Amino acid sequence: MTSKRKGRIVKVNSNMITVLVDGYSIQNEVAYVIHGKERLKSEVIRIRQNHAEMQVYENTASLKIGAEIELTGELLSVELGPGLLGQIFDGLQNPLPALAERHGFFLKRGEYLEALPDDTKWEFTPLAEKGGSVRAGDKIGYVPEKVFKHYIMVPFGLRGIFEITQIARKGMCNLKEPVAELKGADGKKHSVFLQQIWPVKMPICAYREKLKPTRPLVTKMRIIDSMFPVARGGTYCIPGPFGAGKTVLQQLTSRHADADIVIIAACGERAGEVVETLKTFPNITDPRTGKPLSDRTVIICNTSSMPVAARESSVYTAVTIAEYYRQMGLNVLLLADSTSRWAQAMREMSGRLEEIPGEEAFPAYLESRIASFYERAGEVRLNDGSVGSVTIGGTVSPAGGNFEEPVTQATLKVVGAFHGLSRERSDARRYPAIDPLISWSKYKSFIDEGKMEEAHAVMRKSNSVAQMMKVIGEEGTSPEDYVSYLKGEFFDFTYLQQNAFDPVDEATSEERQEYVFSFIYERILKEKFDFENKETALNFFHRLRQSFRGWNSASWGSAEFKDIEKEISDLVDSAKRKAKSEITHG
Amino acid sequence: MDKVYTNIVQIAGDVITVEAEGVGYADIAEIVTSRETSLAQVIQLDGDRVSLQVFAGSRGVSTGDRVRFLGHPMRIATGDDLLGRIFNGSGVPLDGGPALSENVVDIAGPPVNPVKRIIPNKMIRTGVPMIDVFNSLVVSQKLPVFSIPGEPYNELLARVAVQAEVDIIILGGMGLKHDNYLFFRDTLEEQGALTRCIFFIHTAADPVVECLLVPDISLAVAEQFALQNKRVLVLLTDMTNFCDALKEISITMEQVPSNRGYPGDLYSQLAARYEKAVDFDTAGSITILAVTTMPGDDVTHPVPDNTGYITEGQFYLKNGVIEPFGSLSRLKQQVNGKTRDDHRIIMDTMIQLFANYRGTLEKQAMGFQMSAWDRKLLKYGNLFEKNLMSLEVNIPLEKALDRGWEIMAECFTPEETGIKKSAIEKYWRAPHSTSS
Repeated sequence: MTSKRKGRIVKVNSNMITVLVDGYSIQNEVAYVIHGKERLKSEVIRIRQNHAEMQVYENTASLKIGAEIELTGELLSVELGPGLLGQIFDGLQNPLPALAERHGFFLKRGEYLEALPDDTKWEFTPLAEKGGSVRAGDKIGYVPEKVFKHYIMVPFGLRGIFEITQIARKGMCNLKEPVAELKGADGKKHSVFLQQIWPVKMPICAYREKLKPTRPLVTKMRIIDSMFPVARGGTYCIPGPFGAGKTVLQQLTSRHADADIVIIAACGERAGEVVETLKTFPNITDPRTGKPLSDRTVIICNTSSMPVAARESSVYTAVTIAEYYRQMGLNVLLLADSTSRWAQAMREMSGRLEEIPGEEAFPAYLESRIASFYERAGEVRLNDGSVGSVTIGGTVSPAGGNFEEPVTQATLKVVGAFHGLSRERSDARRYPAIDPLISWSKYKSFIDEGKMEEAHAVMRKSNSVAQMMKVIGEEGTSPEDYVSYLKGEFFDFTYLQQNAFDPVDEATSEERQEYVFSFIYERILKEKFDFENKETALNFFHRLRQSFRGWNSASWGSAEFKDIEKEISDLVDSAKRKAKSEITHG
Repeated sequence: MDKVYTNIVQIAGDVITVEAEGVGYADIAEIVTSRETSLAQVIQLDGDRVSLQVFAGSRGVSTGDRVRFLGHPMRIATGDDLLGRIFNGSGVPLDGGPALSENVVDIAGPPVNPVKRIIPNKMIRTGVPMIDVFNSLVVSQKLPVFSIPGEPYNELLARVAVQAEVDIIILGGMGLKHDNYLFFRDTLEEQGALTRCIFFIHTAADPVVECLLVPDISLAVAEQFALQNKRVLVLLTDMTNFCDALKEISITMEQVPSNRGYPGDLYSQLAARYEKAVDFDTAGSITILAVTTMPGDDVTHPVPDNTGYITEGQFYLKNGVIEPFGSLSRLKQQVNGKTRDDHRIIMDTMIQLFANYRGTLEKQAMGFQMSAWDRKLLKYGNLFEKNLMSLEVNIPLEKALDRGWEIMAECFTPEETGIKKSAIEKYWRAPHSTSS
């Protein structure tokens, strides 16, 4: 492995090169193209005899036939250790702020920097003792990182039981100084550092068991938490046509979700959206910690104009970092926007490899790649009995907004919840534009299942009446049907829709959701109103809706909240009384 | 390092293959035929076989013609000398002026580091109420005009170009009809804007693949100006022609097509261009307004579809007006809170009422009875279409907002609009008192 193997370029086709290799080649090993002073990172993706085909993570302009290649023998890996939180990386884990400092406005090709600065000192506190026996993933100490105890763990790749032969005392050290030494059964010694290296395409499996995701992950979006919940360690996808609000939804989730750490993988999307996240997060306070949101966030950003091959690696880089923090017993949420761009990157490479295309020219292995990515989510019991989780939420950008396309379909097969956005809802400014008629979730909500099923039924009924009314007009609709329609519309407007620009309405706590839902359920959805005519019914619901809007904007538990609740209660009572008195007198 | 090769071994479509050595990927070559000299770009290297796309087309190229490799990627001169000049799709002057070779830069340069961008925060005023009021254009925005062929999209671009408060305008024409090109030139000249304009024009008569360079050249020049603190507006018309040229080349190269014959990397190709739009943290900006004609008014066609996923909204031009539904400026929220305090109110209320008007039109078409409210909406809709929506209307934002209040006052009572009281008190005027 130590002898440097070399090769020479024999073919260049956009970002794919074919290399004649001296000696052996390893599938997925990293290689560098030597072009003058530049060294361009690439990865072996197919081997045919002594020819290795590689995707280059950079623009290949000016490369020539015969240019030299250096093969490293190592798989594409990331650095894991303290200092990741708050960082902004590209798809290959280059820190973008440091690159900007060095090279200014543009991303020069072939410029790579260490993901974690070596010279930063961290205060190490040991948790294990000399002579103790440990295995991969065991915590032997910690350093403080932001508000977390960043545990230093036995390297995940070690197999078997090890004895601690040395461990550092409490004190400052940097990433390159060993903090412990381990001895294996075979007598071989291994040093433990604050930092470890892990290949991105391999899941980290140093835990006791994988659990079934059951605890809800509160996102503070009513339509998600109440109707289509996400579980800790679960997976969900958000397909939607452009302009339906996928990215806004992801941004809101990244702000409000009840997770310890949020990893944002901006994969092949607009740079402007990442800029918004990375410029605003340092100024938004996380209500749970009182610290800036950026302190619990890692951004992996490989926007659409950055090299395509690195787009593919960006989702793997993100999920590896997520798994790393999960190993510390934390709940991590990974938001990938958008997985379609990752799939398209695969399609581009597959086309250049001249593989036999599947549907819409996507490669045949599309489904298995998507499945194995989402399978890296999960709630796990760690060696010490504590529990950590990785939840993955991915957006999908289906061509033409048509959910029948391969990426959406492959994703739907493997996720636990589906939040389908529809053009009709976004055109009608009904945000979040998650369509309650097509979405589903296999996870349990904190809201009673039976009641929620009835709410679903109200929505379905309301929709079918609305469809009917389009044909026969309002006049031809029966009063009972009309009220069912109004109930559904009311529930949609006041509970399912949320105003992202209202400081209170943008995030609703679990407690408040339970309270308001049961109020709507008991007092309005279950109520048998008997209105004089359609117009009084419409007026009643309009007034109710207006008061509810105010209620949604009033902070939880405030005097205003109670006042409006009373107002709404009275309104409902009076409607009922009127109906009753009409019955007795009529 | 000029090397000349004469052994062209294959000519297929507009791609020729020549046997050569020491050629860099994406390098530029000159092909000298008996008729003309054309530029070509390396698109594949396979051993000693070099494939090039010939920008002037392969018609008339002989297997004995000479191919001279220039040893560098496509380059373009930049700087103030370009102002007021007109070039073709390869950067050759069309106006009889001298060829330029100052401040030469490679086109299709590296992407901007996202951390060097700022959150867009400045509005570009255009004098078109449907843009200024309802979907404001923002500095650094990339916005396509989705349009059916035959709509007045070039007139719209020309108007925005004349009125926009920017330092420099770059027009990239792809497959532009010659009379449209003259229209642009004359309109800008009449308005005295030509001296801050640069034209890169590929007309419909030119070989198709030549238009592939137009966006890159336009944006490379724009980028240099932006780095010198200039606010640049780049107009591209029509990007569908650019995509069709990509399609042609990829089919010739026997690539597996993904969707309706377009290459699988269409999204990345478009993104590489549109993402050049930028507001630098310590320098100028590039704003891109591009036309995308939609074959058959089909927004799910691969070109508008991929474009929509990249750009920050779209203007949807239909029946000669900017259609309020389907049009969207994703960045408008960044600027329309800082103009006048009634901007967002007018924007939301008028569109909601207009949606109701459309509903009433449908009802009317189906023969349902018109209520008093329906008749109010019909009146409102007509006034809205005539006094705000028409592209004839050319007024500043504040005037457009005032006009919005006038139209509503003429049709409704304040309560019917649902506007909050404080705003009504400030802006609502009974119709007879506003006869300005």
